[in-house]
Amino acid sequence: MNWKHYFTTSIGKKLVMGFTGLFLIVFLVVHCYLNSMIFVSREAFNAAADFMATCVAMRILEVGLFAGIFLHIIQGFMLVRKNASTRGERYAVSAGNKTSAWYSRSMGLLGTLIFLFLILHINHFWVPSRITGGLNPTEVHGVEMHDLYQKMIDIFQTPWVVAVYLLGVFSLAWHLIHGFYSAFQTMGLTMPKYKALIRIVGIIFSIVICLLFALMPVSMFMGWVS
Amino acid sequence: MEHYTMNLTLKIWKQKNCKERGRFETYQVKNISSEMSFLEMFDVLNEQLIAEGKEPIAFDHDCREGICGMCSMYINGRAHGPWHQTTTCQLHMREYKDGDTIVVEPWRAKAFPVLKDLVVDRTAFDRIIQAGGYISVNTGNAVDANAIPINKQDADESFAAAACIGCGACVAACPNASAMLYVSAKVSQLALLTQGHPERKSRALNMVAQMDKEGFGSCTNIGACEAECPKGISLENIARLNREYIGAVFSGSEEKG
Amino acid sequence: MPLVSKIPAGPIAEKWTTYKSTCKLVNPANKRQLEVIVIGTGLAGASAAASLGELGYKVKTFCFQDSPRRAHSIAAQGGINAAKNYQNDGDSTYRLFYDTVKGGDYRAREGNVYRLAEVSASIIDQCVAQGVPFAREYGGLLSNRSFGGTQVQRTFYAAGQTGQQLLIGAYQAQERQIALGNVVQYSRHEMLEIVMIDGKVRGIIARDLVTGKLERHFGHAVLLCTGGYGNVFYLSTNAMGSNVTAIWKAHKKGAFFGNPCFTQIHPTCIPVSGDHQSKLTLMSESLRNDGRIWVPKKQGETRKASEIPEEERDYYLERRYPAFGNLVPRDVASRAAKERCDAGYGVGASKQAVYLDYAYAIERYGKIEANKQGIANADKNTTIKLGKEVVAEKYGNLFEMYEKITGENPYEIPMRIYPAVHYTMGGLWVDYELQTTLPGLYCLGEANFSDHGANRLGASALMQGLADGYFVIPYTLGNNLADDIRTKAIPTDHPAFVAAEKEVSDRIEKLMSIKGTESVESFHKRLGKIMWDKCGMARNEKGLKEAVEEIRALRKEFWSNVRIPGEIEEFNTELDKANRVADFIELGELMCMDALNRNESCGGHFREEYQTEEGEADRRDDGYMYVAAWEYKGESNFEIHREELNYEVVHPSARSYK
Repeated sequence: MNWKHYFTTSIGKKLVMGFTGLFLIVFLVVHCYLNSMIFVSREAFNAAADFMATCVAMRILEVGLFAGIFLHIIQGFMLVRKNASTRGERYAVSAGNKTSAWYSRSMGLLGTLIFLFLILHINHFWVPSRITGGLNPTEVHGVEMHDLYQKMIDIFQTPWVVAVYLLGVFSLAWHLIHGFYSAFQTMGLTMPKYKALIRIVGIIFSIVICLLFALMPVSMFMGWVS
Repeated sequence: MEHYTMNLTLKIWKQKNCKERGRFETYQVKNISSEMSFLEMFDVLNEQLIAEGKEPIAFDHDCREGICGMCSMYINGRAHGPWHQTTTCQLHMREYKDGDTIVVEPWRAKAFPVLKDLVVDRTAFDRIIQAGGYISVNTGNAVDANAIPINKQDADESFAAAACIGCGACVAACPNASAMLYVSAKVSQLALLTQGHPERKSRALNMVAQMDKEGFGSCTNIGACEAECPKGISLENIARLNREYIGAVFSGSEEKG
Repeated sequence: MPLVSKIPAGPIAEKWTTYKSTCKLVNPANKRQLEVIVIGTGLAGASAAASLGELGYKVKTFCFQDSPRRAHSIAAQGGINAAKNYQNDGDSTYRLFYDTVKGGDYRAREGNVYRLAEVSASIIDQCVAQGVPFAREYGGLLSNRSFGGTQVQRTFYAAGQTGQQLLIGAYQAQERQIALGNVVQYSRHEMLEIVMIDGKVRGIIARDLVTGKLERHFGHAVLLCTGGYGNVFYLSTNAMGSNVTAIWKAHKKGAFFGNPCFTQIHPTCIPVSGDHQSKLTLMSESLRNDGRIWVPKKQGETRKASEIPEEERDYYLERRYPAFGNLVPRDVASRAAKERCDAGYGVGASKQAVYLDYAYAIERYGKIEANKQGIANADKNTTIKLGKEVVAEKYGNLFEMYEKITGENPYEIPMRIYPAVHYTMGGLWVDYELQTTLPGLYCLGEANFSDHGANRLGASALMQGLADGYFVIPYTLGNNLADDIRTKAIPTDHPAFVAAEKEVSDRIEKLMSIKGTESVESFHKRLGKIMWDKCGMARNEKGLKEAVEEIRALRKEFWSNVRIPGEIEEFNTELDKANRVADFIELGELMCMDALNRNESCGGHFREEYQTEEGEADRRDDGYMYVAAWEYKGESNFEIHREELNYEVVHPSARSYK
């Protein structure tokens, strides 16, 4: 049994995209839940962030997360590159949105935008928190930890940063609207009975998650939370 | 229905053979009846070109009743033109009005090289069938036709998948030039029938391997194939092919050869 | 040369069994040395190629389309007959045999027809095993429908796409043999000549339609499975590429042509809409189950159908044939429509159409449905709405097709229909083994003349194509090839191949060098008009004689004034067409001569001089109960040979549908 072979065929590649995509969707839920603590209190958020940073299980999962992102990007890049080469001569007139949705055709572009955003995002929070340090210390319930909340407030004072974050989240929303359904379709789970449900859940999920994410920089910029 | 005539400007892809580069040529046709089929309008144009001492435009067509799958024109950005679930030969000129410009291109995919003008080579589809799109039963081996009852719903779904005419519109319409709808229709048709079960796993693996070898793109679930399929083949078939493929891979089945 | 049909002796029910148990066999090692060429990949060709490949022969298939799956068998809608008696309604091999012989107006060979009925059941078994998705009942078993000319339900179907499903089944079986290396497939190739060596057919010259190059192919035997020649009429329900070329080349090399004038005109087609018309589209015969056919009682009527009151409508089929009404066989229905239109009662812009009206069916089904749903005293609108739903379920795809083509909604306005050329019962003469008069050359399916006599019943064409390919040729070919096991493959530089290729290339060069002023299409249209007017649904001596002269003149003009653009060695669709039309012109002449010779009316052949006082066909069994097998003797020179038909089992009687 040649596993490598079966995961590099056209369907195999898609399975990798689907599995990693679903894994990343689960991560988004956790990420969004924890970050939403900013709407509860400074302490709640910092405690949650500290839990993520110090819990061994989470650190191990984090490795998995980076592996997942990496695989998703590499495989996605290869898919886009392969698919860009299969047409040959381009059509002079294209069907545009008459036969398909623009975002379903633009997963590579949306993915690239998300990737660029991620570089900035990781650099903003993950790098100082895990590697370079330099975050202010704070104390929650007698435990000393990084004041990531303050870091967020600091960062989201710059208008262009907020704008980039909003663009990133916007790209993510469209990426998810197609990606959520697409992952289920790739796994063959979109039987007629469930297809509509999967579509609707996917759209609602994408919108809710991304609205919440978008609300974070906006609230901090506008001073709705402090 | 009111009948009328129209004058049209046609921009048509001309290409001498698969080696030379093609280009668009512009033609004018006059007094086209709204009653004509799209291909009859091409007949008029070709007669006009022959009378002018020019070479007519080569295009594939045969049954002209929407079932053989031979006709294949990409009309104003749409595979088989704008009518829903309609082949090029069944598209009629009452869709157009006087003064319209129509751009006609061949199916474009590396796996479907242009042979001449609007004619492409679709033998890749034959080779995909050769890879496993059949049930291995020699003539004379069959048991009585009613010996194996098939659940009516499965039989109906199998038939719906079998309605594929192999025209290649799915490949032409897919932004990735993927042949998944075509392959999945055949895999589905046979997987839904008890007769097709013994080979279902190797069939899925082999047909997918051949599809990749032919240079078709990878499916990314865009759905343009379903939207443009003249026979309404459903994306559900692609989901089923994915299931068949996963089942085959995780059960340890192997490709043959 | 006497015609030997080689029908085995013995009672009719045992002939085929006897043949199979006594025919010669070829052992597997020898089969691998024997090469077979199959021309055409429709039901007959694909099934033959697959079956012979399975047996181990080295097979080559040729088709002019881009894939074997495009063959016009794919367009058959209704179904395929088989004597399974799954419905317990009294069907049997004998009944299918009897219906087919009677339906063919007693001009078919009993032995062949019985064999066809006998193997019909195995066809269904084979197709189901291949994964053909036939319609099924809720219990999971196969469903049947009834069809014209029979009293039992024996037709198996897959919605309105039975031909497609059967063809794809055979195509897949053929592709499987290609994968196994037993069959090699040549698509976009057209056979242009047969090659004879020492009195046997040993190969072909084919033209690669992409490069335009000629190729030589050797075969111990050649099978022609190239379908019918209805396109001689220009307008027909055949595919644009359907042609007579393969069998015509064989005919000119010595194969006899059987009953060329027997043409089936199908009554329910969408009428011609103008001079631009390139082909005609068939609407399934099943539409006559529920639709009523009528014309106005007034000549030259100009009112719309909806404005013509009931008492001013002439339901002429119900009037003339009260027993069968709208369900009379195809030949009868077609002629009746023509009679009304010729008399000036036709409808539509061209006046060459009759109405097929679904208003009654909609109302009737609506009432039934209202009762089913327990709606008491349903008003007219509700009934019609419900009725339309029922009709849509039964005939939706056909109605949709009609609307796409005509732009009219058949749920609201009666459909306009007119007869169109659909099938040719005639074809190369073959014996019981499907071998033509040229040794080594076989002919299967619609291309041969054998099983349908003067008129084919609905759902029998698919049956014959597959019977020939799956179940007959594997035996009969072996019986003959058993004598050929010592014949080594003949190299294609043999002088006979060289000469045949030269003949083809000379002819092509001649065609290309004419450089006239008129297009191939235009000649084809002119031929079609002559054929339709004078050798169509009704024929007479004067018209046929004129037609022969007109066709001869047309041929001369064609060979001096046709214009074919482009080059020989390239993809050249005009040259492809010219090759075919040149043969159609010659065939047209023979068809008219055959029609002229047959001084009777039978099945699809209606001579106006031979009709009863009521205008029905007058069949003359005393003088014409034979197969006319024509031998080519040179340009415009054909000699008739007669194969007398002996009815040992079925006793010919007049067909009456009154």
